[in-house]
Amino acid sequence: MTTTHRQESHTAAPLGSGSSGPTGSARRAGGRPRLSEKKRDGIAGYLFLTPWLIGFFVLTLGPMLISLYLAFTKYNLFTAPEFIGLDNFTRMFNDPQFMQSVQITLTYVLVGTPIKLAAALGVAMLLNYRSRGTGFFRSAFYAPSLIGASVSVAIVWRAMFNSDGPVDTGLNVLGIDVGGWVGNPALVMPMMILLAVWQFGAPMVIFLAGLKQIPGELYEAADVDGAGSWRKFRSVTLPMLSPVIFFNLLLEMIGAFQIFASAFIISSGTGGPAGSTNFYTVYLYQRAFGDLQMGYASAMAWLLLVVVGIAAFVLFRTSKFWVHYGGDLK
Amino acid sequence: MTATQTELAPVLPVEAAKHTRKPVWKKRSTWGTVIWAAVLIVIVAVVLYPLLWMVLASFKPSAEINGNVSLLPEQPTIQNYVKVLQGIGGIPVVTFFLNSLILAVGSVIGVVISSSMAAYAFARVRFAGSKLFFGMMIATLLLPFHVLIIPQYIIFQRLGLIDTFVPLLVVKFLATEAFFVFLMVQFIRNLPMELDEAARIDGAGHPRVFFSITLPLIKPALVTSSIFAFIWSWNDFLGPLLYLNSPSNYTLPLALRLYNDQSSVSDYGATIAISVLALIPIALFFFIFQRFLVEGVATQGLKG
Repeated sequence: MTTTHRQESHTAAPLGSGSSGPTGSARRAGGRPRLSEKKRDGIAGYLFLTPWLIGFFVLTLGPMLISLYLAFTKYNLFTAPEFIGLDNFTRMFNDPQFMQSVQITLTYVLVGTPIKLAAALGVAMLLNYRSRGTGFFRSAFYAPSLIGASVSVAIVWRAMFNSDGPVDTGLNVLGIDVGGWVGNPALVMPMMILLAVWQFGAPMVIFLAGLKQIPGELYEAADVDGAGSWRKFRSVTLPMLSPVIFFNLLLEMIGAFQIFASAFIISSGTGGPAGSTNFYTVYLYQRAFGDLQMGYASAMAWLLLVVVGIAAFVLFRTSKFWVHYGGDLK
Repeated sequence: MTATQTELAPVLPVEAAKHTRKPVWKKRSTWGTVIWAAVLIVIVAVVLYPLLWMVLASFKPSAEINGNVSLLPEQPTIQNYVKVLQGIGGIPVVTFFLNSLILAVGSVIGVVISSSMAAYAFARVRFAGSKLFFGMMIATLLLPFHVLIIPQYIIFQRLGLIDTFVPLLVVKFLATEAFFVFLMVQFIRNLPMELDEAARIDGAGHPRVFFSITLPLIKPALVTSSIFAFIWSWNDFLGPLLYLNSPSNYTLPLALRLYNDQSSVSDYGATIAISVLALIPIALFFFIFQRFLVEGVATQGLKG
C-alpha cells in the first residue's frame, strides 16, 4: 500500500509547486507552531470519514446487533420484544415453509450459478477467438445484466413463460406441450434459472478480460507439445483463469442468495405456485413485513449471515488448492 | 439499498487491456470466422429476443399478446401507451417517473459526495484506526442485506420517517454502499502521490488537496459510480416496497407491481407498455455510456 503521506518527500519541494495558491511554502518554512502533522492528519481523516462512520455505526453495525438481539425474541413492532431464547431457531427446523425456502434457494444457487458461469465462460471464449469486431457482441451480451433484476424484466419473463406466451407457443410448434411455466411448480425453477443465466453478461465480460491476459506463449508451448483443444483448455485456460473464476463464483453466489424482486413479482408476492418461488428473501420478507414476526425473521437473517460467512470462509480456504495465482509466469 | 451483484461494476475504470498485438496462435480460416460469426449472431438473437418481444408486444392489443407466435403486431396500436398515460388509481404515471427520478438523482449526489470523502480518507490520510475501518468497510461488501432491513426499518419507523424518501436517501448520503467507496479507493490509490505531496508541501491542507487535486482526477470513477448509483436506485424494488406506502409516493417499480398484480387481462398490454417505459432511462444510459460500463466491469475482476 502506498497510501500514506511520506515524510521524506519534503525534500522534493519544487515538484508541482506552481499550482499552490496563496498559502505558499513560506508559511510552512517559517515553522509556525501548529498542530503536528500527525494530529492534523488524524483530524482530517476522521472528518472525511464522518459520513461513512455514521453510516457504519448507525445503519450497519448497530442494526446488526439489534437484529442479533431480536433473533432471540418475539417481536411484532408494537409491543416490547419478549425474550424467548433459542425458540426461533428450533422453530425454523419444524417449519415446512422455511425448509422449502432453504431447499429452493440452495437449488437456485447451486444449480443456477454454475450454469450461468459456464455460459459466461463459453461465450467469453467464443468472443476471445478473434480480437477484433467483438465490441458489439460484448455490449449486447452485457445489456441483460443491467436490467435483469428489475421489475420490468420480471413482468416480461412472466408474460413470456405464461401459457400461450411466446415460449409456450414456440414449444407447441415444436410439438412439445408443457403448458405455462409460471403456473407449474415443477417448471418455475427452470424458468428462474433461465432468467439468471440470461444475465451471463457481467461475469462474461470479466472472464473475457481474464482470457485476454493469458500469454499466447503458453498456448504456443502447448501446441509444440502436441496438446489438443480440450487439453489446452484443461491445462492452460482453466488454471490461468482460476482467480477470475474464483472471483465470479464468490460474487455470483452471494448475488444469487439475495434474489428477491423477480421471484416476488413473478409470484405476485405470494411465493407460489405451491411455494415454488418461496425464496429465502421472499419468505423472510413475508414473515417480517407480512406477519410482523420480526424476531423470527431476524433469526432467519442471522442464520443466513452465518451460513454465507461459513461458505465464503470455506471457499477462501479451499481456494489455495485450485486457484492459481501465476506469480511464476509473470 | 439492495444492489444486485450481477450488475457489478468497475473497480478500476482503466481501459481493459487493449491488444493490438495479434497472437500468432490465432490464425483462423475464413470458414472458421463465418461459423464463429454465425454462432455469435444466434446467441445474440436469443439474448435480445425477450427485449425485442417486450417492445413489440407493447404495441399489440392485449388479446394478441398471448397466443400470437409472430413477433410483429398484426394490428399495431398505441392503445397500451394511451392507457398507461391515464395513470392508475387516479395517479398520473408522471408522478411515478418523478418519484423515481428524484430518488435516483438524490442517490447519485449522495453516493458521489459521501463515497469520495470516505475513499479519500482511506486512500490518502494516515490516521489511527484507518486500517481497522477499511477492513470493516470491505467486510460490509459481502454482508447479506437481510440482517439490516428489519432493524433499519424499526429505526426509521421510530423516527416517523416511513412513507418518506428519507430512509431511501439517507443511506446513500452516509456511504453505506461499500462498493462505491471501494471503487474510488482503488482509483485514488492509482493516482501519483507526488501531486498530493507537492500541494501539501506548499501548505495545502487535506480539504484543498481533496477538492483541487483528487476530485478532478477521479472524475472517471465518479462518472462510473454515478451511472451505477442511478441505475441501481432506478431498479430498486425492495427499498421502496418497505418504505413507501401511499401510491402518490410510489416509484416506477412499485407502480409496475400495481399494474402486474391488479390488472385484468384487458390491461395486459398496458403492463408491458409501462415496463418498457420504465426501462427507457436505463437504455439511454446504456447507449451513451456502454463502453464505460463494459470496460469498467472488465477490469474489476482482475484488479479488484
